[in-house]
Amino acid sequence: MKGQVFAIVLIIVSGVATYVMLISTMNSLNQTRDRFYLEYGFAEVFASLKRAPEDLKTQISKIPGVEHVETRVVADVKLDIPGFDEPVTGRLVSVPDHGKPLLNKLHIRKGRSVEPLREDEVVVSETFAEAHKMSLGDRFGAVINGRWKTLVVVGTALSPEFVLQVRPGAISPDFKRYAVLWMGREALGTAYDMKGAFNDVLLTLSPAAKTSEVLIQLDGLLARYGGLGSYERKDQMSHRFLTEEFRQLERSSKVFPLIFVAVAVFLLNVVINRTIQIQREQIAILKAFGYSHLDIGFHYFQMVLLVVLFGVAGGIGVGVWFGKGLGNIYMEFYRFPYLIYELEWNVVMTAVLINLGSALLGTFHSLRKASMLPPAEAMRPEPPARYRKTIIEHLRLWHLLSQPARIIFRNIERRPIKSCLSIAGIALACAILIAAIFWKDAVDFMVEVQFKLSQKEDLAVTFVEPTSRKAIYELNGLKGVQYAEPYRSVPAKFRFEHRSYRTVIRGIESGSRLHSLLNTDLKPVELPPEGIVLTDYLGTLLGIQPGDQLTIEVLEGARPVRQVPVVGLINQYIGVMGYMDMNALNVLMREDSAISGANLMVDPLHQTDLYKKLIQMPRVVGAVVREDEIRNFYETQAEAFLFFTFIATLLAGTIAFGVVYNSARITLSERSRELASLRVLGYTRAEISYILLGELGLFTLVAIPLGLVGGRVICTYLAATMGSDLFRIPVVVYPATYSLAATVVVVSAFLSSLIVRHRLDHLDLVAVLKTKE
Amino acid sequence: MSRSPIERQIESSPIDGKIVFKIKGLTKVYGMGEIMVHALRGVDLDFYSSELVVLLGPSGSGKSTLLNILGGLDTATSGQVTYRERDLTRANEHDLTEYRRFHVGFVFQFYNLIPSLTALENVAVVTEIATHPMKPEDALKIVGLGERLHHFPAQLSGGEQQRVAIARAIAKNPEVLLCDEPTGALDLATGVVVLEALERVNRELGTTTVIITHNSGIADMADRVVHLSNGLISEVVQHTVKKRPGELQW
Repeated sequence: MKGQVFAIVLIIVSGVATYVMLISTMNSLNQTRDRFYLEYGFAEVFASLKRAPEDLKTQISKIPGVEHVETRVVADVKLDIPGFDEPVTGRLVSVPDHGKPLLNKLHIRKGRSVEPLREDEVVVSETFAEAHKMSLGDRFGAVINGRWKTLVVVGTALSPEFVLQVRPGAISPDFKRYAVLWMGREALGTAYDMKGAFNDVLLTLSPAAKTSEVLIQLDGLLARYGGLGSYERKDQMSHRFLTEEFRQLERSSKVFPLIFVAVAVFLLNVVINRTIQIQREQIAILKAFGYSHLDIGFHYFQMVLLVVLFGVAGGIGVGVWFGKGLGNIYMEFYRFPYLIYELEWNVVMTAVLINLGSALLGTFHSLRKASMLPPAEAMRPEPPARYRKTIIEHLRLWHLLSQPARIIFRNIERRPIKSCLSIAGIALACAILIAAIFWKDAVDFMVEVQFKLSQKEDLAVTFVEPTSRKAIYELNGLKGVQYAEPYRSVPAKFRFEHRSYRTVIRGIESGSRLHSLLNTDLKPVELPPEGIVLTDYLGTLLGIQPGDQLTIEVLEGARPVRQVPVVGLINQYIGVMGYMDMNALNVLMREDSAISGANLMVDPLHQTDLYKKLIQMPRVVGAVVREDEIRNFYETQAEAFLFFTFIATLLAGTIAFGVVYNSARITLSERSRELASLRVLGYTRAEISYILLGELGLFTLVAIPLGLVGGRVICTYLAATMGSDLFRIPVVVYPATYSLAATVVVVSAFLSSLIVRHRLDHLDLVAVLKTKE
Repeated sequence: MSRSPIERQIESSPIDGKIVFKIKGLTKVYGMGEIMVHALRGVDLDFYSSELVVLLGPSGSGKSTLLNILGGLDTATSGQVTYRERDLTRANEHDLTEYRRFHVGFVFQFYNLIPSLTALENVAVVTEIATHPMKPEDALKIVGLGERLHHFPAQLSGGEQQRVAIARAIAKNPEVLLCDEPTGALDLATGVVVLEALERVNRELGTTTVIITHNSGIADMADRVVHLSNGLISEVVQHTVKKRPGELQW
């Protein structure tokens, strides 16, 4: 019994550990985030605009419900980091010269904040400084509003605004190639011709404020100053990513632990049942001595209680350990000044109650049976097991089966529920592994689709502002550029019926070689010359179908509002936006063939020189090398992925091991007499092992394909519930993942059967024959 | 090739003098908790081809230990047991398994049938791995169960189950048949039927048969009765006239 109870405890430990790990990490991050936001005055409303006089601040502060207003200057810059040859872009954010900022305050990690009016001092985001091993006093170059400047690092900092520091439009944080820099307001304002003006505003609201009303009024005020549309905290980039991550943790914390609970309860039921069977006589004796139904029931209840409590206690310990590990991994991506790791009492209580409740529910029938057993009946041995011919005996093949094979099949069919549950348990082990690690496949696939099938450029260049198409000739003339293709990107608000969404319209030249739109089968589709094509998720968000008229409020230039027919929906996993033919977009904007940037194909030999030239071009605000982006993405994910694979393998292995081991031990206990008899009749150890382990082998063989399918079903569920406008997770599971899952299950099953085989080899033949069943 | 019962009967008439088992100074000591139990204290005994021997003695006399050693289920502490030319006391696990598989048939007090197999299949379990088996149906006919081939153990009476066990034991055409209290769990009438089956097998097939029992009533059907007491042979009685099982009383 020791081994079996241990296996069950292990499974409960795994389930509780998973639960505690996910929930405690989520709660800790949540609390840390909330505290950080509160302490550092994270804004509740955000808006960017082209340029507005500082006086406007007074008007903004008069909007009903507005508590604090903070105006800033924010600009995108190109950086030249000594010893790093790749293009680096950054976001420069102003800090007030006098007094601390009210909102989005900085948490200085090293050094100090910038001195008032110093033009060359910057505070650098901690992640960026770490990635480049920068020290205080280090210098690097920056192109600020077209002018080369040397900047000095005076401090490193964190901000509630950039907990996750992702370049707009990127798929993951890139600490090496994207920086956030803080500079004095006066200095930055001067550089960008924003003296006495601002281009970014932050608000906090009074508790009674109606956010939507404030947004409307703010947009009204900012419209004539080139407002890009205000948004609330829930749409802020860093906050969005955090929220999505918490949502994933929460979903996972509901799916995975439940699987463990189910398996543990099943095994507990089987073991308790068998224990009661073996202890029938003791039960009878105790009853004959005057123990009541309740006493007996309570005795076995205590066993269940003990197993569950051991499991939960162990699970909490391991869960906290794992949780801290996971927390630290998250801290690599999400930068908080501290991590408040806290295990809340209700998490512990939930773990205890769910496990104990399910365990009691699962074993209730057996406990009741034991406590109600009349003493006289209990004294008698269990009646001999009844067998009947199985369904498969009607097949012709049956006659070809050896007697041991028949024993296997009859035993499986005699206890159909137990057999099915054993198979289900093993299958779940397989499924849980697939569901836990299919992210890697999904992400590989997303990257493949996004960067190999859809965006095929080597390098993407963004201009400071819409530029004449002629700029393409200049780019084409650069050494190393093999081909350049322009694009137009226009920020806009899409409206349909009562729904709206703020995003961009991307204009692509007809016959584009570097950007393909893909249909649901991932086949390229032609962009129609008129109308707009939406990513399918945006179509769903807006409830719009091809043929419907979409209202587009452009948030740039003359800010036209137009009706454009939706002419198609396309598939895209990352982000949501609309696509138009570039000419049609230029017509919509009433502009003369303007472009926002270009996609380039580049000769790798000249790549480094090309970056250097691009940095120096005043018109170019940023350049992104796709290959670097993809490589960085995998580098940042690698550790997290390893951590998950390791834990998932451990947990799935535990389940497979527990189920197979328990089944084997129960079967051995029930049939040791039969197996010993066969040994006496001259069967070898290998031959009787075949009977016992053959059954489990068969279970495993049936369970694996079921587990593979089940794993995919769980993946589909998880993917469906976790999709958002940030990204949609394709349900893709590569053969390597399936085979890893199958291998883990087979190896676990094999290991547990080795242990049982060892017991089989030491069957006491004489003792078994002397006892009556 | 399996020989027909008749051929074997002609070839070896009862007690033709060939030694099947030769036992010399057999001792068995085993620990039960902290007490050392001397189950056998230097037993010398031979068993002859085709004879029916009853080992008689109270419980604890050592008869089961002797039978287990003869059957290759237990090892001796000292002394020697040879089966034909084979030294059983020096055989390893593999040899003993092979010995049980091809040369010995067992009948147990509690039948030890496989509950998930029918009568026929319970016999086939043995014939499948034997070299010269009879057909399972024939073995069951010998014990009078030709009509109950497809019943599961749970559908058979105790006597019927024991007769299936006998059929299983003889189906491989073993040299020796070892029976441990074969009627211990049965009433008189059923017991007699089972003993008749054993007697018939011994008579028709010439299988050396050793029956252990504490029931002296059974002794009268034996060629030879070996009395065991306290790990030693206390008396050996040779019968010139054997009773038929139907005439036994206990």
